[in-house]
This record gives sequence, C-alpha cells and structure tokens, in this order.
Amino acid sequence: MFKLISQRLALGFLTLFAASVLIFSGTEVLPGDLATAILQNNATPENLAVLREQLGLDRPAAVRYVEWLDNTVHGDLGKSLANDWDVAEEVGPRLKNTLFLASYAAVIAVPLAVFLGIMAAIRQGTLFDRFINGFTLLTISVPEYFLAYLLVKYLAVHHFWFPSLANVTEDTPFFSRLYLLFLPMLTLLLVTLAHMMRMTRASVLAIMSNPYIEMAYLKGLPKWKIVIHHALPNALAPIISVIVLNLAYLIVGVVVVETVFVYPGLGQLLVDSVSKHDVPVVQACGLIFASTFILLNLTADVLGILSNPRLRMPR
Amino acid sequence: MATPDIHPNHDLILQIDHLAVEVPSGTRIVDDVSLELRRGEVLGLIGESGAGKSTIGLAALHYGRGACRIAGGAILLEGVDLRKLDPVACRNIRGRRVAYIAQSAAAAFNPAIRIIDQVMEGPLWHGLMNEAEARAWALELFHALDLPNPDTFGDRYPHQVSGGQLQRAMAAMAMSCRPDILVLDEPTTALDVTTQIEVLALLKKLIRDFNTAALYISHDLAVVAQVADRIMVLRHGKMVETGPTSQILLAPSMDYTHALVAERKAADTLSVISSERHDKPVLEAHDVTGIYGTFTAVKKVSISVARGETVAVVGESGSGKSSLARLIVGLLPTKTGAVKLHGETLAPALRQRNLDTLRKVQLIYQQPDVALNPHQTIGEIIGRPVAFYFNRTPAEVKARVAELLRLVGLPEDYAGRLSTALSGGQKQRICIARALAAEPDVIICDEPTSALDQLVADEILKLLKMLQDDLGVGYLFITHDLGIVRRIAHRTAVMLKGEIVAQGPTAEIFAPPFHPYTEKLLSSVPEMRTDWLDEVLTKRVATAR
Amino acid sequence: MKLFGHKVPFTAQLGMVIIFINAFVAIFGPWISPFDPTDMVGDSWADADATYWLGLDNLGRDILSRMIDGARLSIGLALMITMLSFSIGIVTGFTAAVMGKWVDIILSRIVDLLLSLPTLIFAFVVLSVLGTDIPVLVVTLAVLDSTRVFRLARSVAVNINALDFVEAARLRGEGLWWIIRKEILPNAVPPLVAEFGLRFSFAFLFIAALSFLGIGVQPPDADWGSMVRDYRDMISLDGIQPLYPAGAIALLTIGINFVVDWILAVHSNSTTTEP
Repeated sequence: MFKLISQRLALGFLTLFAASVLIFSGTEVLPGDLATAILQNNATPENLAVLREQLGLDRPAAVRYVEWLDNTVHGDLGKSLANDWDVAEEVGPRLKNTLFLASYAAVIAVPLAVFLGIMAAIRQGTLFDRFINGFTLLTISVPEYFLAYLLVKYLAVHHFWFPSLANVTEDTPFFSRLYLLFLPMLTLLLVTLAHMMRMTRASVLAIMSNPYIEMAYLKGLPKWKIVIHHALPNALAPIISVIVLNLAYLIVGVVVVETVFVYPGLGQLLVDSVSKHDVPVVQACGLIFASTFILLNLTADVLGILSNPRLRMPR
Repeated sequence: MATPDIHPNHDLILQIDHLAVEVPSGTRIVDDVSLELRRGEVLGLIGESGAGKSTIGLAALHYGRGACRIAGGAILLEGVDLRKLDPVACRNIRGRRVAYIAQSAAAAFNPAIRIIDQVMEGPLWHGLMNEAEARAWALELFHALDLPNPDTFGDRYPHQVSGGQLQRAMAAMAMSCRPDILVLDEPTTALDVTTQIEVLALLKKLIRDFNTAALYISHDLAVVAQVADRIMVLRHGKMVETGPTSQILLAPSMDYTHALVAERKAADTLSVISSERHDKPVLEAHDVTGIYGTFTAVKKVSISVARGETVAVVGESGSGKSSLARLIVGLLPTKTGAVKLHGETLAPALRQRNLDTLRKVQLIYQQPDVALNPHQTIGEIIGRPVAFYFNRTPAEVKARVAELLRLVGLPEDYAGRLSTALSGGQKQRICIARALAAEPDVIICDEPTSALDQLVADEILKLLKMLQDDLGVGYLFITHDLGIVRRIAHRTAVMLKGEIVAQGPTAEIFAPPFHPYTEKLLSSVPEMRTDWLDEVLTKRVATAR
Repeated sequence: MKLFGHKVPFTAQLGMVIIFINAFVAIFGPWISPFDPTDMVGDSWADADATYWLGLDNLGRDILSRMIDGARLSIGLALMITMLSFSIGIVTGFTAAVMGKWVDIILSRIVDLLLSLPTLIFAFVVLSVLGTDIPVLVVTLAVLDSTRVFRLARSVAVNINALDFVEAARLRGEGLWWIIRKEILPNAVPPLVAEFGLRFSFAFLFIAALSFLGIGVQPPDADWGSMVRDYRDMISLDGIQPLYPAGAIALLTIGINFVVDWILAVHSNSTTTEP
C-alpha cells in the first residue's frame, strides 16, 4: 500500500512539474515573443531589443524556466505587464476570496449531496427519486450564468432579499460576507450539488446490483442498513473522487460566477489578464489553479486507495 | 434456534404448495411445484439451467431474484405461510430460520468488510446473541469447518483467502443464526474437483451434526447423490419426478431423468478403445515454455496430435492447460522449444506465421457467447474464413456456408440471422462450423462444453466425434472434466502447475499404476452412487495413516 | 414511438425535437430571420411587441434575429470542435488499444497528463498567448477535448479487443484495418454516439462560457455566450434579455442530455440483460 501511495505521490509531483513546464512554455510558443506581446503596436526593432534584454529573453528558455520556477516557489511571481504591480501582492487577497467562496459552497454542498444521493438510492424509483433525478438533470445542463442571472432576477431584483453584487473588501466582517456571497454560493451549490448527488446515487446503485447485496437481503437485513453498511463502503472510492472533482471545479469553475457577481477573486483576475495578454499574471493564476486541481486529484487517489481493502491489505 | 424436538426426523418443517414464480412479462419460470422437507432431511433439486431450481430455493426465503415475482402457491414454514407475512416478519425469517449458501462465495462476500463481521452480522441483527457470544460462535464454526488458523481467520478480508476457504466461511455465515433450513445453491460448482470433495464432505458433516434440513441445488446428479435423502428433478420450471435418491439413480421413471442419469453414467466409463497411433503427428509441441510477465504458465511441455486423433489435456484451474493452447496458436510467444506443423517449425509469434499454417490450426472457445461477433450474421461469420482463405466467389461461399450449417446440424436458413438469438449449444455449433470452414488439420478445443448444459454438451461431443470420423480432423481437447476425457480422448495428458505429470493412451492413464496426482484427480470426481463420498473419505483417512 | 427497435421515452422525444429545431435554425437562419441581425430597427432596449417578439438590444437591433444568427456560430463552432476532437480521439484511441505496447503507453501517459490539468485554465493560458481567433479557439478546445474521447475510445476498444471473436479474427490472420472496421467499430458505436452528444454539449457550453467571459467569440461576431455578456446589465434593471440567449444555451444542452441519457440506458440494457 505504501508503495502504491508513494507512486501516486511521485506521479502527482511529476504532473505538477509537467504542468509548470506547460504553463511556462505557453509563452514560448508565441508567434512573436513576450516582448512583442507587451509592446504590441509600439514594437520597433530597437525597442524590442531593449525590452528583450530587460526581460532576459536573450538567454536560453531552460535557464529562464528554472529561474521562474525558483522565484515562484519563493513567492516571487514577477511583475504585471499591465500595471507593473507585484503579482504576488495582487494574487494573495484574491486567492483568499476565491477559497472563501469555494469553501462556503463546499461546506453546504458536499454533505447535502451525499445525503440526498443516498436517500435517492434507498428510495430508488419513488416519486422523490424521480423528482431529484429530473431536477438535477436540469441544473446540470444549464450554464452557471443562466442560473446566476435567474437567481439575481428573482432573489435580488424582484425581491430585495440578497445583493446582486458581491462587493466585499478585506475588512468585510465574516457574517456580512456570508450574506453578500449568498447568491454566488447558491449558484455554485446548485451546479455542484446536482453532479455530486447524481454520482453518489449512481455509485450506490451500481454496487446494489452485486451478489453480496442480495446475500445481505437473504440475511434478513432491511434496505437502509444494506445501503449504509454494505453498499456505501464499496461506493466510497467513486464518491470521494466525484466530490474531489467537484471541489476542483468549485475552485476552477468559480471564474464564471465571479464574473457574474463582480467578485474580486482569482478567476476574475485571470479572465481580465487573459484579455489584456498579461502573461505573468496568467502564468501565476494558472499555476495556482493547476496545482490546486492536481493536489485535489492526488488527495482523491490516496483516499481511494485507503478506502479499498484490496489495496490496503494485499493478500 | 434449533430447539430439541420430540420427533426430530419426522417433523415437517417446510412445505411448498403449487408454487408459481413469474418474470415481469408474465412468463412462469417456476410453475406448479410442490415439495415437503422434514427436519434433518436433505432434498436435492436437480436440473439444467433454466430449470428453476435456484428460484425455488430462494422462494423458501420468500425472495424473488431481480424482477421475479412469486405469483402463486403457498410457502409454509412450520405451517406459517411466508407469503402472508409483512416485510418485517419476512426479514425475521431470512437468515434466521432459513439461510442461503450461494454458488460463488467470492461474489457473495462483501469485499469491504472483514469475514468475521459478516458472519456475526446475522445473529447480532436478529438479536439472537450479544457481540461476545456471536464471536465465540463464529470461531466455533470456523473450527468445525476446518478453516486454517480459525481464531484469526475471520480478521481477514474476503480477497485474502482462497476460494475453497471462502466457500466454507459462507457455510459458517449461513449457520451463524442456527437456521432450521439451509438452502445450498450449487455450493461446490465453482470449485476445482479436488477442492469440491473437501467442501462437500464438510457441508455434509455440518448438516448432519446440526440436524439441519436442507435444499441442495445442483446440476450434477453425482454430487447430490452424496448428500441428499431424496431428489427432485426439474425441467423448464416444472417438476419431472421426485423420489428417494437410490430410486432416482437406479430406477428413474421418467424419460428425462433417465437421459440425465445415462448421460452422467457415461462419464464414468471409458468409451474410446482404440489408442494406437494412426499416423505420424500433424501438430507437435516440443519442450515449449510460456511466460506471462514473471509467471511461468507452461514449463517445457511436449505434446502431439495426429490426424483423426483426439488428445485431451486435463487439469484444474491454473494448471496451464489454456496457456498451452495459446502457446500453440501463437497468441503467447514460446520462450523455449518449438511448435511444429507437418514437421515444419512455426514462428513463435502469431504475426510472423503465414496464412496457410494459421488455416490448418483452428480454435474453438469456451464461451460461444463472446466468440461470435453480435453484429455479424451467421452467414458472414462462417463465410469469412471460406472467402478469406480460399478466395471463393460470393455464390460459392454461400453454398459452402449452407453445407457447413448442414454439417453441424443447423438449418440452412440460419445464414441470414444474427447469432444473438441462438441458444448456447447452437452458438457453439456455429463456432465449430467457422472452424471447419478453414478446412483445418487440427482443431484446438478449449473447454468447448463447460459453459453448456449436460445434455447439450453431450450433443456437441457427439457432433465433434462424428465430424472427426467423417473428416479425419485431429483435436487437442482442453478440459477439466475427466468424464469428457474418458469418452472422447484417444490419448491424455495430465497437467499440474504448468507441467505434464502423466501422458499416454487414455486407458493406461486411467488404470493403475497411477501418477499420485492423477489418482487424486480421479478419486475426486463424484461417482453415481450414494456411498461414494463416504468411501473415498474412509479410504483417504486410511492411506493417510 | 420506436426507433431502431427501442422504445423512445417522452424525455428523449422532447430532446430530439429540441435538437431538430436548433439544427433547423442554425442551417436556415438567414431565411427565417425576421430582420437583418445588424440593422438598427428601433430604440435601444425597446420592449417586446408583436413585431419584435423578444424586443430590441442596446443598439436597437432585433434580439430574435440576433439569436437566430448566433445559433449558427454557437452550434457550428461546437460541432467543429467536437468533430475535430472525435477524429483525433478515436484514431489515437483505437490505435493505442489495438497496437498496445509502447504506442499505448506513450499515448496514454500524454493523455493522463493533459487530463490531470484543468481544461479551462489551460485554455486560458493558450488563449492569452495566442489571442482569441476563432481557428485558435477551435483547435485549442478540440485538442484539449480529444483527450477525453481518447480515454473512452481506448477503453471501449480494449474491452472489445479482449473478446474471443476479435481474437478469432486475429488468429485467422486478418489485418489491423479489417479488425478495427469490421469487428470493433460496429460494437463501439453506441457508447461513442452517446459520448459525441456529451462532448458536443461540453464544447457548446465551453465556447459560450468563454464568449461570456469576453475571451471567446469577439465582436462584431456574436454567439449566444457573447450576447449574454452584452445584455447582462439589463438584469439589474429587472430586464429579461440576458435570459433569452442563456435560456437557448440551457435548452439545447438539456435536449442533448435527454437523448444521451436514453442512448446510454438502452446501451447498458442491451449489454447486461441476457436473452
């Protein structure tokens, strides 16, 4: 088991490394290069040469990569091309905001999704199950901004129950933060809840067709006990992986929701920087998002191994 | 709980009256079956697949598998009709008064829960024992069932113990509530013969020691004969006949039972007499070795087949007999040694072999279901080798397909159909026709009958024999079933752990002096008499001393 | 209603109708559009009435006409991406499965790596560098998406490849092309069709999301996603305009999901139930 887990860990770090190479080399496949991108229309050969030297572009790519990685690891994310601000300083508070919104949604969505998914599996075929199924198929198909605008229209504009913009600053107190972020959270909740719930239900039901489930019935156990004691332990690995996938989605897919609610998070910064061709910021945000995603997947893999007795206790 | 009774052997415990079970389409898969079971009595339910024996067994727990529904009749447990009970009362019967032992323990044990927790679950849930009592009782059962390290055995997960041990653990799980009735559904079918005999002996002892009534379900008459007091023969969900075991074996009254008994008895007798070599060998393997990764599946094996000859390779699962077939056809490249066809050495890997050598050696698979492409018509399946190897015109191919269909005993108009609608036996005939279409010298048969019902398998064996007489084709016949070997093989090779331990004319292999493993194998095959099991066990104990 | 011998449930019928209407609008847009989508026919943000069924937009253009026009770009782009990603994914996936050995190992490792990165973020990096031309958009998303097609195509082919009838064809000496075309492909069709639907709706949502964020389709072109962006300010004035294009996106996705659900259910039944 330790061999398996250390293999996964090694693989995870390898992926992380590969991701950093890919994100870095993104700038290398430019038709021109970083200097042309910055100067755009002002690019004269002299300007370019000066800037290239300033940016160190005359040195080999491998050297610059190692330097960039070294700086990044030490918290120096470089300077924004758009306004020359220190990227790390700009990214810090926004990352906190994004994580706050994502955790807010996750804390409610995960337990609710697992609970409803199991309930739907226990009551398979009943009205409750069919309703949940239909409802989640709808929310899963609908783009986030549609849900978000629908919520804004009815909960913020028609009725002034919640604010339509998530104007938070660094000193917004915790509870008003929760209130201000209610609609963005609800949007994320609906989208991820549906997916997690459907997968939980499907995983439990897939297990329910196994012969050992029939054996449990033949031992005289009631359905709820069979689902919880016999099906759930076996459905754990797929459920964990879908939860982690959705957590990753919460952090990465938060981009659209942040834009709708004009929430000063990392996603919004990323989108702005993409349209401004602000490469250092895109690289920094991209690396943060990618690392989070990879680390979450790694966690899912390790938990999956731990929850499977076949892998935990070899013959 | 098994309470002592005044008339333990005469007390009627289970009575099923005019039972009917339906699938959602309304078809009755069990129709008008009645039976009676007394305390301490074992009733054997015998039949081919689709006979409804498992369905009846499960009905004793008032359980319909999948979408099956108990549609009529009464199931009386000590006079109480289970069909009239509410779900809670019904659950109180299951596991506690009537317990079930399934065919595959590997599938019936939950892979995520320790064995002992699964064994203790019944008594704890039904409130029969407290934690300590349940554990003590489970350990006692592990001791009684002769499990290795019985005190710690249960701490393991199902995947950590062998198939035979798990099957015994399931018996412990079934006995955990000391039920009045055990339903044993093919409890030894998934096991190798040498393991089967041990489990069978233990189950018999268990039933006897606890004086439990039992329904013993099996397709193998000889197995049931060892444990059952009476036997009920079923076919297509209907009862054929019921009677004391000895009467069913010795004097069956119905034709169907007669056929079953005769077919099973044929397996006990040697029927191939000629064993001299007709010809020089067509296909030979010399000292071939085959390796999967680091595991050596076949070690330096030599074997040969001549025209018109059947050579059987017999062994238990994991003996390397199927790997040998894969070596010969080139799917598994030979590490050492050589495969020769008509004296010429073949390339070790499939891709380097030429079409003519591929044509001359054909393969028939164990599972006809997956050996035929479900999206091709039978005409396309059989016609392809004809067109591929012989470059015939479409009209010639069509004529040849019709001829081949006739040869394997199927109507010519099957050519336009898909194989998916056919029965297992018919599919296997298509596979044989496909092999014959290549006009091979040797056909390798990899357990071609083990997925089929007894009587259907018998038909396929007869067909293979007839084709050999007519066409002179040689067979390398891979099987675990000694009965088949006795019936069709001119020569036999016995495989154990990748090596051939005995080889020669079948009559010599099956007569003393035996190789010790051959003897163990032979003595483990149940025979068609009621005293076989006890006799073998007594003999084994005697030789052990 | 029955199709290919299977009963079609109501939801799947509904889905088919939705897909058909969308396809019809995308193909015949210019002929059924009531107004020229670029003509300013009235006041900005004029309310819906009998002439302008959905009202007018910020520049006084007919919203319905613009949506009909946008359908072509939204659906067309998604279709192009999906077809491209399928061509790449199926060819590489089948090759990996049938060739096996190092070809399989190398291709699978590359795909594993790409899959372990978040698609959206990776697309952002590429787009920030290469700019947001439509060809760049299509190729980037197709390549990223083809990794998922590869996974499925490979696993489907590996499963079929392990079946005895494929082995029988191989033993007969059949060539690679014959085995893929005659033995594997016919058996791989149902799961691949379902996947096509899923990948299409994913690409469709993805393009729309990028356009909504302002880094997809750029003006003067407009797809449904960028229309949501253009109209979004109206939501705080209690307007419904952004919900039209957003609703159209949602509707088509729901329609596709209904049909895909049905195909998957039929397929899983036909492989698991015995005759």
